Amino acid sequence: MSQETHDAATADDATLVSRAKGGDFAAFEELVSRHEGRVYSIAMNILRQRQDAEDATQTAFLNALEHLERFREEAAFATWITRVAVNTALKALRKRKGLTTVSLDGGLEAETGEIRHPELIAPWPGDPAKLMAQRDLKRILDEAIEALPEKHRLVFVLRDVEGLSVREAAEALGISEANVKVRLLRARLALREALTRTFGDPTRRLFPEHDGADQATAAEELLRLYENPARGRTR
Amino acid sequence: MTCKDLLKMLNDYVDGDVDPSFCSAFEEHLRDCDPCKVVVDTIRNTIRLYKDEGVVEIPILFRERLHSTLRRRWQEKQGGQTRPGGPAR
Repeated sequence: MSQETHDAATADDATLVSRAKGGDFAAFEELVSRHEGRVYSIAMNILRQRQDAEDATQTAFLNALEHLERFREEAAFATWITRVAVNTALKALRKRKGLTTVSLDGGLEAETGEIRHPELIAPWPGDPAKLMAQRDLKRILDEAIEALPEKHRLVFVLRDVEGLSVREAAEALGISEANVKVRLLRARLALREALTRTFGDPTRRLFPEHDGADQATAAEELLRLYENPARGRTR
Repeated sequence: MTCKDLLKMLNDYVDGDVDPSFCSAFEEHLRDCDPCKVVVDTIRNTIRLYKDEGVVEIPILFRERLHSTLRRRWQEKQGGQTRPGGPAR
């Protein structure tokens, strides 16, 4: 590890930004290394497709590279790059809408007879059995979240998975904070319901004290009220 | 507090944003209402599961491509002043 790389690894984000602005690539690369996991995770959670998530991640960091001079150092780099990531991924999602998402990248490589040297070399830190159980869990979670209407899914992802505030999520999506809250409630309730179908103990099922149909109606009425507060007021 | 009132405050309660004066009423309701208690518990579990599983590892081959793309772009931008594979001088 060179001295510059070592310095970069121990410096805080603000120092790295200022060094990157001065032309230090090691400083910029360290910022990328620190935040690439989160940026990729945001892109993947929004776009739900590996290739699109990779493209969006690359675009987000290229944008950061191009506009680094414009970044005001009193703000946190993490906040800035999160915003760039969310906006880039949402833009890609909008662009993708209406287009079919058929991947052509499914073909097998042609037999050449040549034995290739192992390319992907990395230790396996986890127990494969546990890993597979985790994959099953991931699949169950994926199926439930993919069944949500997109507007509910996006709010849930930004707020609950990526930890944006209600205000930040509202700004990113261009909707009101009240709308974020009501979509979030719908998303949370729908996911809870879906996961209960898998994880709930059917022998210990509970029923609301009053009629279930009544409660469903009450919930719907309440949600409508949330969405259109004017309806609940007297004129 | 009714089950309906509870639903209205569910988000804020789960996020820890509920007004402390309502908090005791909320918790009192939960003590007496098993279905609501289970809903609150399972909503919390739902959020936790998605939060934990939502952390996606960046694929290592992509990470390498990303870094080399950025390095290339950086060099172009700096007019080729950056040494390949090393920090800027």
